[in-house]
Amino acid sequence: MTVTDSPVDNGVNVAALLGAREALSATPEAADFTWRASCTWRNGTHSHSTVTGFTGLGAEQQHRATYEYDIDHPECFASEDKGATPVEVVLVGLVGCLTAGVASVAQFRDIQLRSVTATIEGQMNVLGILGADPDIRNGFETVQVRFAIDADASREDLEALIAQAQKRSAVFDIVANPTKVLVELA
Amino acid sequence: MIQTTAVVVGAGHAGLAMSRRLTERSIDHVVLERGEVANSWRTERWPSLRLLTPNWQTRLPGHDYAGDHPDGFMPVGHVVDTLTRYARLVDAPVRTATTVRTVRVAPAGFEILANGDVFHAPAVVLATGACNLPAIPGIADAIPPSITTLTPFTYRDPGQLPDGGVLVVGASATGVQLAGEIHRSGRPVTLAAGEHVRLPRTYRDRDIFWWLQATGLLAERYDQIDDLTRARHLPSPQLTGTRQVTMTDLHALAAAGVRIVGRLGRIADGVAQFSGSLANICVLADLKMNRFLTRADQWATTSGLDGELPPPHRFARTHVDPRAPLELDLTSGEITTVLWATGFRPDYSWLDVPVLDRTGHIRHDGGVVTGAPGLYVLGMPVLRTRASTYIHGAAADSAALADHLHSFISNRHR
Repeated sequence: MTVTDSPVDNGVNVAALLGAREALSATPEAADFTWRASCTWRNGTHSHSTVTGFTGLGAEQQHRATYEYDIDHPECFASEDKGATPVEVVLVGLVGCLTAGVASVAQFRDIQLRSVTATIEGQMNVLGILGADPDIRNGFETVQVRFAIDADASREDLEALIAQAQKRSAVFDIVANPTKVLVELA
Repeated sequence: MIQTTAVVVGAGHAGLAMSRRLTERSIDHVVLERGEVANSWRTERWPSLRLLTPNWQTRLPGHDYAGDHPDGFMPVGHVVDTLTRYARLVDAPVRTATTVRTVRVAPAGFEILANGDVFHAPAVVLATGACNLPAIPGIADAIPPSITTLTPFTYRDPGQLPDGGVLVVGASATGVQLAGEIHRSGRPVTLAAGEHVRLPRTYRDRDIFWWLQATGLLAERYDQIDDLTRARHLPSPQLTGTRQVTMTDLHALAAAGVRIVGRLGRIADGVAQFSGSLANICVLADLKMNRFLTRADQWATTSGLDGELPPPHRFARTHVDPRAPLELDLTSGEITTVLWATGFRPDYSWLDVPVLDRTGHIRHDGGVVTGAPGLYVLGMPVLRTRASTYIHGAAADSAALADHLHSFISNRHR
């Protein structure tokens, strides 16, 4: 372990996060957030989604920019592959959420990160979505994430870090637990 | 109308300890008890239950364990006997069969309506405990009607269960003990485990509660704990009150043949769906156990005890079966009973004083209720220290709160 005078800086404002936790515990209504995206069909399996604003802290909030996502299926499914598949976007969401958690928890625990890389894989038998075998589910059978972390910390501390990142992760919860989903016609 | 200085609601260990403290301070009081002394131990516990704390630790103010088995664990019946004897020993002014219907603010303190009687007192101590009602999640409504459902309040022994499989929901001490007991009766048991606390009964030849006390963990004050909300809602550790088995954890249950699944998330069309987070939940529990064992080892070394204790060691990681199912069809006939071991909650339906937070818990500062001078709460998890969760914690807590109450009463008249 290196001893250094400089404070740990993973670019995470822990004081602000703890302050938010304190403030939102006092005014729980402000902690109710609604996240949104809009989607427009282009052609075939290709669609275009945008993310602009969300509701939270008791008000309408705006991202700094509109973020755009093209979703499609690959050519082996006779599609034009104009974007990642929806299931890959789910993987991106999960690994991004866990990585944000790793950085935040590391900051809170005074662990200086030098590099964090992760790979994520989701196993799926597509006979499920093709409706060819009713015993196979549509979704992932398993999802595996592998983190490589270079930091001033023991292996045990890093294991604790990724365990806590999972515990605090919204997308981990979304993927691992049932969620009520309502789809209706406008 | 009966005027007194303090009304204590509940004659369990906490209420009796407080009665003793008030008597010590010559504070006129009455203890109101809906049933008999130790009522919940008499009527709301299953017969095979034993305390998690060893007998030597099961102390009350002015009353240490004096029996022949200091390293044993009291069965429920002995707890009842101990509290009944203690009530006589401290001459507690208990009014049994007196159910409190309402506590409300009155011009000079509080008005307490109990059965036909009306009490007025400047101080009230709520010693009804944290376990008045089983905390059953809303998804319970979706259980198919063909299934028998039980709680730790209605469970007695496996003989009362219909034949067939049992789903135990929750992996606290209650959940793992009942899963083990029902499994040993020959019924197939599935245990749905969310976040839990894994600890060995003994470590390096000493009881875990010896370590928890020796290392100072139990003495940690509520105002020095980083995440107090979390500490107060932690599930009870996966322990059983016996020296015969070291581990009552998921690892041991799985080895015995209990099927371990993730936290019960939803029941949709009669199908129970379990969380896929089981692996991480087990990693977290293993990490936390090892963190405490490391603290225990460090304490032993600095205390010069390594010579007289067996060497440190670690327990195997919890093995999670990767084939653990994510779904269980409750309509298939495989499961005939669901047992909710999902914790307990206090019942304040009779408390007509606006001191509850949005989750129904009392806002208090170490037992001094916030926003209602003269109102105290006692016998709750991590009330003033981590020891507050256990019977022996009431000794120090009742002394501190009786001091506060005493000065509150004295200053009122100035």
